[in-house]
Amino acid sequence: MALKDTRLMADFLQQVVSGLASGGIYASLALALVLIYRATQVINFAQGEMAMFTTFIAWSLMNHFPYWVAFVLTLAIAFAGGAALELVLIRPVQNAPVLTIVIVTIGLLIGLNGLARRIWGSDPRRLESPFSTDPIRIGGVAFSIQDLGIIGVSLALVALLFGFFQYTKIGLGLRAAALNPAASRLVGVRVSLMLALGWGLAAVLGAVAGMMAAPPLGIFDQNLMQPILLYAFAAAVLGGIDSPLGAVVGGLLLGVIVNLAGTYVDFVGADLRLPVALVIILIVLLVRPAGLFGHEALRQRA
Amino acid sequence: MTLLLELKDVGASYGAVQALHGVSLRVEESEIVAVLGANGAGKTTTLRAISGTVKRSGEIHFGGRRIGRTPETVARGGIAHVPEGRGTFAELSVRDNLRLGAYTRPNEDFQRVYEYFPWLEQRSAQTAGTLSGGEQQMLALARALMLRPRLLLLDEPSLGLAPLVVRELFRIVRSLNEEEGVAVLVVEQNALIALETARRAYVLEAGRVAVEGESQELKKHESVRKSYLGY
Repeated sequence: MALKDTRLMADFLQQVVSGLASGGIYASLALALVLIYRATQVINFAQGEMAMFTTFIAWSLMNHFPYWVAFVLTLAIAFAGGAALELVLIRPVQNAPVLTIVIVTIGLLIGLNGLARRIWGSDPRRLESPFSTDPIRIGGVAFSIQDLGIIGVSLALVALLFGFFQYTKIGLGLRAAALNPAASRLVGVRVSLMLALGWGLAAVLGAVAGMMAAPPLGIFDQNLMQPILLYAFAAAVLGGIDSPLGAVVGGLLLGVIVNLAGTYVDFVGADLRLPVALVIILIVLLVRPAGLFGHEALRQRA
Repeated sequence: MTLLLELKDVGASYGAVQALHGVSLRVEESEIVAVLGANGAGKTTTLRAISGTVKRSGEIHFGGRRIGRTPETVARGGIAHVPEGRGTFAELSVRDNLRLGAYTRPNEDFQRVYEYFPWLEQRSAQTAGTLSGGEQQMLALARALMLRPRLLLLDEPSLGLAPLVVRELFRIVRSLNEEEGVAVLVVEQNALIALETARRAYVLEAGRVAVEGESQELKKHESVRKSYLGY
């Protein structure tokens, strides 16, 4: 009996850690959505495809460079690409109704997906993992090193970003520009530059999410990020669409909930995980529309 | 006295509505100047034309040079604009609001500002939105001071504040002017305190300068007295 309990407990902990690993990926992409939402009040539907595109870039680079060199190069390209998309596609429609901007991001989604098929073809690829797939024993429970590595990378990225927003001048400018663009201009913040930087940072978050998501799947193709974008939506709604902290907590929580439901609820199994996320969106919107950490629509008009 | 700011025949409009019809005014170095007038006379628009937050015509010179066209460049040039409604970042901490004031500066000199507003130091971690109206107006002034401006633009600083708070606010503005030589262009509904503080004043009517002169003279000016001082 005691032995069985220990095994059940170990199994449960493994599933929680595995959920946190997926959750770290959702959190990164959800944070990207929140960054752009706070700055422009628009959900960037292309966030997933931007991440997919940069993951393919990483795959190409990894054919020529060691893993971490390719990793850093990918982040640099993602940053420049994200900022360029803002300049070329979003800026011209900046003052258009929200629906117009949303449609531009949907166009970008379709465009990037097509472009990635054109460049890389439809053969499935395999992305190198920086982490061993071997298990590691901690306190008698075997965890996957890859899971722990993904959690570590996601959390490190989030911590770096929070430090950047909290303690650097540009980070402060980014926050101010999102909260009150008119007052920001008066103190000398270049608000349009901040918007481009915000898109660049969001693209970097997506690139990390993509590079962490692809290896555990074994093979990936251009549809890599589509389910993950839906999980990220759910995570952002759960945490509060205007709350960066909420995106992170929501992402981790969602990863664990979905994984536990898939493992322990027979009816959910492997097939109904995504619908679990959608049910969570629905419940949050009905019960607490602002999410766990979000604010009710109390936004001042600039 | 040297000329710091000069507006020559400045016009401005919001879409089809013209708000300013050729306003000319000047502010000398280290001078306090008030702009009075009824609602809709163009007082706020005059400040907005200077800081580049409204499209304008005519010429504006600051420190001998043509002034920038965007609020970002005007701020970098040393003009701090405290807008109507204060422009406080309600969601950010007091300290972050002050840091934003020094956004264009190479360093953040909190101590200098805390000398004028000692209570801000203890409450630096507080969210600005939870301050009272008077405290938020003080914070807005403190934030402007972080820029180390040569010219301060104040838009209706007394709006919605208790008389005692208004007194305190203008006392600090005067001491800033006396001790640091900051020039001030202040728009006010409260003509009495504005004329007490400013050396000179302009009265705007329907987007034009109707009367200008030394504050002492304007206090005796009959139409100014009747319209704005109420006696």
